[in-house]
Amino acid sequence: MTSETGFDPELYKRFPVREDRPEGELEELERLWEQPKGWARLTIVNNNYVGLWYVAAAFLFFLLAGILALVMRVQLALPLQGILPQETYNQFFTMHGTVMMFLFAVPMMEALGVMLLPQMLAARDLPFPRLSAYAFWAYFVGGISFFASLFVGLAPNGGWFMYPPLTGKAFSPGINADFWLLGIGFIEISAIAGAIEIIVGVLRTRAPNMTLDKMPIFAWGMLVFASMIIIAFPAVIMCTLFLELERAFNWPFFDPTRGGDPLLWQHLFWFFGHPEVYIIFLPAAALVSMMIPALARTTLIGHDLIVLAFLATAFISFGVWSHHMFATGMPRLSVGFFAAASMAVSVPAGIQVFSWIATFASGKPRHNTPTLFVLGGLVIFVMGGLTGVMVAMVPFDWQVHDTYFIVAHLHYVLIGGALFPVFAVFYYWIGMTSSRPLSERLGKWTFWLMFVGVHVTFLPMHITGFMGMPRRVYTYLPGGDLTFTNFLSTVGAFVLAAGVLLFLVDLARNFRFTVNKGAGNTYGGGTLEWLPTGLYSARSIPVVKSRYPLWDDPDISRDVEEGRYFLPGAPTGNRETLITSPVRAEPQYVQIMPGPSVWPLFSAVGTAGFFLLLTIEAYIPSFASGILAVLCVLRWMWDTDRVAAAEEVDVGAGIMLPTYVTGRSTHGWWAMVILLIVVFMLFLMTLFSYLYLFGVQPDFWQEPPALSTGFVALGLYGAAAGFAWLGRRLLAREKSTLWSPSTASIVGALLLLPALIADYWSVSAVLDPVMSGQGAVAHAFLANQMMLVLIAALMALYLGARTARNLVIRPRNNTVDLVTLFVVYTAVQGSASALIIRLVSGAG
Amino acid sequence: MSRPISTRSSLESVFKGWPPPVLDPAGPYAGSISVLSWVLFAMAVVVLGVVLAALGVALFGGQRLKSRLGGQAVIWLGGIALPIVVLTALLVYGLSLTRNLGTPAPPGAMRVQVTGEMWWWRVAYLDSSGKVALWDANELHIPVGETVVLELRSADVIHSFWVPRLSGKLDMIPGRVNLMKIKADKPGSYGGQCAEYCGGPHALMGFVVVAHEPAEFRRIMADRQAALASKPPSGGRGEQLFASAGCAACHRIAGTPFNGMAGPDLTHVGTRRTLGAGILPNNRGTLMGWIGNAQAIKPGNRMPPYSVLPADDIRDLALYLEQQR
Repeated sequence: MTSETGFDPELYKRFPVREDRPEGELEELERLWEQPKGWARLTIVNNNYVGLWYVAAAFLFFLLAGILALVMRVQLALPLQGILPQETYNQFFTMHGTVMMFLFAVPMMEALGVMLLPQMLAARDLPFPRLSAYAFWAYFVGGISFFASLFVGLAPNGGWFMYPPLTGKAFSPGINADFWLLGIGFIEISAIAGAIEIIVGVLRTRAPNMTLDKMPIFAWGMLVFASMIIIAFPAVIMCTLFLELERAFNWPFFDPTRGGDPLLWQHLFWFFGHPEVYIIFLPAAALVSMMIPALARTTLIGHDLIVLAFLATAFISFGVWSHHMFATGMPRLSVGFFAAASMAVSVPAGIQVFSWIATFASGKPRHNTPTLFVLGGLVIFVMGGLTGVMVAMVPFDWQVHDTYFIVAHLHYVLIGGALFPVFAVFYYWIGMTSSRPLSERLGKWTFWLMFVGVHVTFLPMHITGFMGMPRRVYTYLPGGDLTFTNFLSTVGAFVLAAGVLLFLVDLARNFRFTVNKGAGNTYGGGTLEWLPTGLYSARSIPVVKSRYPLWDDPDISRDVEEGRYFLPGAPTGNRETLITSPVRAEPQYVQIMPGPSVWPLFSAVGTAGFFLLLTIEAYIPSFASGILAVLCVLRWMWDTDRVAAAEEVDVGAGIMLPTYVTGRSTHGWWAMVILLIVVFMLFLMTLFSYLYLFGVQPDFWQEPPALSTGFVALGLYGAAAGFAWLGRRLLAREKSTLWSPSTASIVGALLLLPALIADYWSVSAVLDPVMSGQGAVAHAFLANQMMLVLIAALMALYLGARTARNLVIRPRNNTVDLVTLFVVYTAVQGSASALIIRLVSGAG
Repeated sequence: MSRPISTRSSLESVFKGWPPPVLDPAGPYAGSISVLSWVLFAMAVVVLGVVLAALGVALFGGQRLKSRLGGQAVIWLGGIALPIVVLTALLVYGLSLTRNLGTPAPPGAMRVQVTGEMWWWRVAYLDSSGKVALWDANELHIPVGETVVLELRSADVIHSFWVPRLSGKLDMIPGRVNLMKIKADKPGSYGGQCAEYCGGPHALMGFVVVAHEPAEFRRIMADRQAALASKPPSGGRGEQLFASAGCAACHRIAGTPFNGMAGPDLTHVGTRRTLGAGILPNNRGTLMGWIGNAQAIKPGNRMPPYSVLPADDIRDLALYLEQQR
């Protein structure tokens, strides 16, 4: 057996160790992981709590958006009703779609990840607990304020995909659209924070020997999910930024009379928007693949094929965005390509559906509530998938596009592919977080009401679409025969709602929150989240030998509980978890984890304040709030990157692991690299926009500034990267004082600013951001760069402060490593955008 | 295109409007899609049947059947082979079935420019040199049996032109011209509606395509051409009111000094089937109601309410407009 890190796999044979653990060790662990009480609960960062808050908040948004849907169904029950006036209706459907997609579906999947992943991987927590807390608070505060815009009549009214020019300043002069653009842009940032956390968590905090092929399928699902967020969300952040810039400063990204193009929005939006559907579906499908083995009492058939299906789905989903644009008059050849690709997505979906069927067939299915929700979801999802194949057939799409047929299709896919699985999850995993399980009797009623409700609501909508009813209409005319199916849909919606209401009753009667006295493994699952847990998760971290350790090793729960595996105590006297290698999960070092802190909460409130105050054009309070947020983040960072008293500690069976490591194997380095991928995607989307407008609006393309005008900027960027690199080198040399390496790093970071100014100087002399789409995107490159340069400047200040306090550790230090990485990246991206602006020439 | 009669009769008692427009094509460009719809629907039902049958066996089947289903082979067969075969066949068949949609229109085909505006449709019949021959709004007249090319544009935001019985939809995008072919096989009125959300009263942005026998169509167009040259002032009260109330700021009546281009052209408003962009039948009562307070009928539209005008004035205006044929 080879090794990834030099760790000797023979060492695993020492576990479970025979000797009993010393007295007082467990009490120490409990003391370290004890959570604050009273108001201080708000400072909790532990995943058991934050995960549940997150799930609860997402579910709250589901209920709110569902109520909006009910009111809309009442309005549409009969023709020409006046229950919801036009403008209110337009706000309602925009909010329904937006809230369901951005505040329920994606956050719910992240929330389930935060709640379940550490336990499934037998980690003590996710690697960046404060980042999860920040992501949650930012989402919750931002989401509630966003929703509240509805009560003052200022909610966005442009539809959840916000097509310009309708959403531009000329046709939407109010701040409604700004609420969407800033609110959602901001919530995306929280989603990205969560995604970084999940990727690092899955790849670096798995239990020892949980190699990739033994990893639970939910971890695979979340890994692909989070990677897709990293790739896709920058596209929507970029296009919301563009539209906000167009609205605020009149930069014509989407104005065809000035060299922009309304379709640029659609390309960017759907490059995000289509993968978004799979971003929602994949984790839910992965959860189904986790539950079915327990519900069918057998192992999952086709595990490897399902993993392949995840990867294939992710890959294909980035090639099908244009199928939302078949009716825009695209060239016929590309239409054919996107039709074929859209159909191809059904292969990985088929793999999963038939894996589930095969697993049920090979086992002895239990007929209980989670099984019902899984099966009902499967049937609904298949029906939605089949109408999906229908609309992938381009000419058919030309008829049903933007009609109620599509409304039916997308609800079938999302309800079957995500909502029913989530309800199954509630029943199945409630025992982890509640001392009482939910009622099987009420659960079955809930299921049948919801299942029947879904079909009565959405099946007739297919016909409503064929009848010619477009989506997003606040009313319809009598005499067009639309009344019958619409009325039926309204009845169905209330049946569905009755099911959800019954679920709430069940929750009220049976849900009793607990972390360590859960009702437990009601359905007999075989994965690690069903190990006995305390506030610290599992007492010790087992060596994983199979995909279903609890089934294959009957003693594992007892051995874990008695501390016979890794990290049975807290050898550094802190909260800690094991960091393992990405492929073979070989133990690498002990990560010291941060405890409760109020700073993530404050910085989230500050960030939310920045965006919301910006929306209502209160600029000074907004910037004050933004600065507050930055200071809080820095304060929370301040406690990190410290050295523990012992350089190496015994993590069990005499195995010694370091407590402080630097370089590429650290979880911090991984997070920074993933963050830089996000930044790079933002850059790539800007580049796409630049080339796209170059292609479709050649008449507006001006001769860019000469290449030679960029030499000063390029030189300064080069110097910045050089100094940053020098700083890191100097730190490793014993002779220099601590200030000389830090000064070099700080100079490197600060040199980025004159480089940017030099670039801006020569670009703005030739290109005007208001005059043309080209000028607007060129300045978007610069705005992008400005954001990075400002962050680098903050990093320089932070590094200076740490140097002054002697917190920079020699010879290598994570803070310096990350600053260097960031500055070098910023210099490279700055050089690239300087070159691109000058090289894409209309004359060429 | 023929349509499956059996389905029609069995559902007729339930749906007054069956078959729905998408499945009731009136021309070749909607016809091939209608056939495709039935093929796709059949495919969906068969595949759903296969999945449900497999699921039924997995849950309730005998041990022998279940053990056959409980292995990797099923995934390869049902999850990979089945979709690939079905989808490839479907793609090839579907694209060949609807080949007629991609062919260019015959040279010399009649061309009409249709511009989506918030929340109505500007119609301009083009002559053979591409110049505007006649203006109209919210109603499009075409000859039966001839392919007509529509140049779809937008004046403000994105709209989408959709007459389900004649063709699939195509967006109207600012800065672009999209070409759509339509052709009606039989005379009649075919309703349509804006399909891309365009804000405000998007729900009430309909229109009508009227197909005439070719001879009649040419007569109508010739009459309209002739009327352009000479439209003697009626001298009636309605005409004076039209001027004094400021109607001409937005509306045009060809052959008169009324020349506003911001709103719908009213030259032939008396012949229109509908008012308010496809939402009201056109008669004196609805005309008066629309003039008096269009906001009550179609909230948010650009026509201000004229409730200050006395009822007599509104009636005279309506009478005047009725005569615009």
